[in-house]
Amino acid sequence: MYRQARYDRKMIFEKEGETDFAMPIQEELSDAVPKTMIRDRLEIPSLPEREVVKHYTNLSQMNFGVDNGFYPLGSCTMKYNPKYADTVSSLPAVANIHPYQAEDSIQGALQLMYELEKALCEIGGVEAVTLQPAAGAHGEFTGMLLAKAFFAHKGENRTEVVIPDTAHGTNPASAAMAGFNVTEVPSSATGCVDLDALQSAVSENTAAFMITNPNTLGIFEEDVQRIAEIVHGAGALLYYDGANLNAVMGWTNPGKMDFDIVHFNLHKTFATPHGGGGPGAGPVGVKKHIEPFLPVPRIVRKNGRFGLDYDRPDSIGKVRPFFGNFAVLVRAYSYILRMGGDGLKEASEKAVLSSNYMKEKLKGVFDLPFKDLRKHEFVISTKKLKEQKDVRALDVAKRLLDYGLHAPTIYFPSLVEEALMIEPTETETKETMDQYVDVLKKIADENPMLIRSAPHNTSARRIDEVYAAKEAILSWRSFKKKENERGDRPSEEDKGECTLCRSIVGDMDSLKKRIGRSVD
Amino acid sequence: MGIDRSMLDEIGISNIEELFSDVPIGVRVDGLNLPNGLSEMEVVERIQSMLGSNLTTDDCPCFCGGGVYHHFIPSAVKTIISRSEFYTSYTPYQAEISQGILQALFEYQSFIAALTGMDAVNSSNYDGATALGEAATMCHRLNGKRKFLVPEAMSWEKKSVLRNYAWGPGIEIVEYAFDTSTGELSAEDLRSKMSEEISGVYIEVPNFLGVIDSQIASIREDIKDAALVVGVNPISLGILKPPGEYGADIVIGEGQVLGSPMNLGGPLLGIFATRQEHVRKMPGRVIGLTKDVEGERAFCMTLQTREQHIRRSKATSNICTNEALMAVAAATYLALVGRDGLRKIAEVNIGKARSLMKSVGELDGFVSPVFTGYHFNEFVMKPPIEPEGLNKHLLRKSIIGGLPLDKHVPRLGGHMLLATTEVHRREDHERFLRALAEVS
Ligand SMILES: Cc1ncc(COP(=O)(O)O)c(C=O)c1O
Repeated sequence: MYRQARYDRKMIFEKEGETDFAMPIQEELSDAVPKTMIRDRLEIPSLPEREVVKHYTNLSQMNFGVDNGFYPLGSCTMKYNPKYADTVSSLPAVANIHPYQAEDSIQGALQLMYELEKALCEIGGVEAVTLQPAAGAHGEFTGMLLAKAFFAHKGENRTEVVIPDTAHGTNPASAAMAGFNVTEVPSSATGCVDLDALQSAVSENTAAFMITNPNTLGIFEEDVQRIAEIVHGAGALLYYDGANLNAVMGWTNPGKMDFDIVHFNLHKTFATPHGGGGPGAGPVGVKKHIEPFLPVPRIVRKNGRFGLDYDRPDSIGKVRPFFGNFAVLVRAYSYILRMGGDGLKEASEKAVLSSNYMKEKLKGVFDLPFKDLRKHEFVISTKKLKEQKDVRALDVAKRLLDYGLHAPTIYFPSLVEEALMIEPTETETKETMDQYVDVLKKIADENPMLIRSAPHNTSARRIDEVYAAKEAILSWRSFKKKENERGDRPSEEDKGECTLCRSIVGDMDSLKKRIGRSVD
Repeated sequence: MGIDRSMLDEIGISNIEELFSDVPIGVRVDGLNLPNGLSEMEVVERIQSMLGSNLTTDDCPCFCGGGVYHHFIPSAVKTIISRSEFYTSYTPYQAEISQGILQALFEYQSFIAALTGMDAVNSSNYDGATALGEAATMCHRLNGKRKFLVPEAMSWEKKSVLRNYAWGPGIEIVEYAFDTSTGELSAEDLRSKMSEEISGVYIEVPNFLGVIDSQIASIREDIKDAALVVGVNPISLGILKPPGEYGADIVIGEGQVLGSPMNLGGPLLGIFATRQEHVRKMPGRVIGLTKDVEGERAFCMTLQTREQHIRRSKATSNICTNEALMAVAAATYLALVGRDGLRKIAEVNIGKARSLMKSVGELDGFVSPVFTGYHFNEFVMKPPIEPEGLNKHLLRKSIIGGLPLDKHVPRLGGHMLLATTEVHRREDHERFLRALAEVS
């Protein structure tokens, strides 16, 4: 049975001790900083290393990563990331170099980035790549700026970007940040781009159409060639969100599908664990006609030496200082070297097989809207459970945690009611997937109160998100302020007076009575 | 490796091709034209030997800063961020099973709140420059105005990033000058640029020239109702007054110095903090304090209605993946060095810079420091030869030189920005000075 560690919830700010940190001795400075600028106190703790390490080690044990177990979080490609990438990305030759060092002193780093760009060109079917963007959304933003620069250069004022309603939220957000008006087009009855709707959405005002293929339902947009014709026919650019590239490597690529601009999520497809939220890297690849606008510098090779070219008059400039998340780039390149061309293709094939395998096993238990054949992920609906037992997708997700299994992505894409979006990836065994399927089936038959009151075995029980949003306490400092304002009296909210708590506690009480024992 | 045939059989699929039958023939490619895969041993060897030609700070002292700095990192930082429960987890969408990373990130937010004197901190932006870009657009959201003032003396890369973030909403970037004798901001020039149209004013403490501005504490009087955005070096906040005490609306900064290596400039850590009243206008993921149904203290991502996955094109930012692991490194770093340690590190940096700038100034032909203001750990000097040439000379002596300023602050062509930190021993300074003396 799964049991996550539970330590006391003391904050590091509530601990105190004798620090053992020391700096080499130096003369005291009587006037280190201007008098007007001197700080009078700093409210951070002082602790010995032993206590700090214990504190954060204990916290880590209250966390779940891919190394702990299955993590089929749809759209996020949570595959196992091999450890050689850790080794190479923390070499001193990676960690201890300064971005403003002379080109001659970082030839190895430049070579690695140059070769990685070339490999991504091949994988993406594009002609040039910039490694600068720090994440997928940052790549999208860069791509949108490239589109803007491209049309500005042509003297065309195109103000709109069209996006399907199944798109990831970053797509419309990135387009809007770049100053475009966003039009969302509804999907067709097949869960794909509605060609008629697209045709009528694009015009001489459209700068780009952004999609991911396979789409967020895991369905390959079979009409992709028609889509390209429609978009290009209106003089607009086609943008590929590469978050789902793990499904198609070696079978097709965005360039071949006629996309003009594409981003890669190195932290999804290429051996970068997600770090609890980041870092990642979001290189952008483009066809020849977009290349002049890429951020500077470009990495160039001349007479066997690698150099940095800043002399690019049409470039959009920079989207981030320096060259991108270099340590992540090293991981990605090591992964590409290890896998080779055939290995990457096989990775995609296995990812698609895993997904279809799990989908087949689950489709009798839950609804599978839209067509059968999926790529690397699929979306099922727990709508029936909601209707029959008042159990929502959220509850199913929470109950999975009790079995030491991470939940799928839920409620995305929004076009599927009570959606569970499952992406098993290529690194999981049949046994692991079978177990997940069995647990999901079991949950479907469980007592609804047990599900609604889940999770029971994790470090924390069901979290009150309403309270968090209402109070908006984002720091210890802010918490202490509120505590002082209240004069240490717990507020009504502190007594579990929100509806969420009432209903769950109510559920729990009646459940305990029914089965005559504690459920946690 | 290899395909598990039994899976194919169980779902009644005869071969892999069938699974890709939805990919139209017209868009198919025949595999990837990349070399065959290597063994793990070969991969490590290959990368090691490729990168072997990089010159690192292990071989030679580095006197270059300009945004990324070589600092000492306590060993325990690596120990903590190498816990795979942390680094192999995703953004904590399922809070109950992710309390560890959530609390660690909440503590990061709390450390930054304490350092900056702000209440609300996000769990990271990509880096300091993109944080500035987001700060400029947030100022526009706060007051609807479209002119943003920035220092003339600023990294050109940061300016370029800012322009790109400002491009979409149509925010105009206007520069104010620095005082050529002190290196502080020119209050006169700043005042002359102020008007009703100004959305926000950006200042850096210490500034790009390494100077800690003594007039900052009363800056509010000059900028009136405009939003004040302060860019900080978080280590300097061990000794400097928190921006919250002199009226900052937003504090941003580059957090790499808090426990992350230089990594050729990435990953970095974008610090973003603001006042409580602006919290619903801020970009990025934030972790909030809450409780679970048992009434126990707990943490979760919150205020998500600002974010892209809910608000889509109306979101305050597009940011999704951030630099969470670097934020955990920063929290661990700050916990390890502690209150007194951070102040000590700041003092050592100031002391090292003070002694180095003076010694450089004693060399024939060198002007150092060029500015009379108080400095943190960087300073501007003017060498007797072209900075580029000087750096070449230094490199031959296995020393990584400073940052030539011509590209960043054209008025300071021929000048160089030097950085020194606690990692430099007395011998490093002596070796550097001897190498400099050879060109004087
Ligand atoms: C389909 C899709 N597009 C874009 C993104 C954004 O990428 P990132 O989180 O790297 O910014 C994601 C990842 O969450 C995604 O799943």
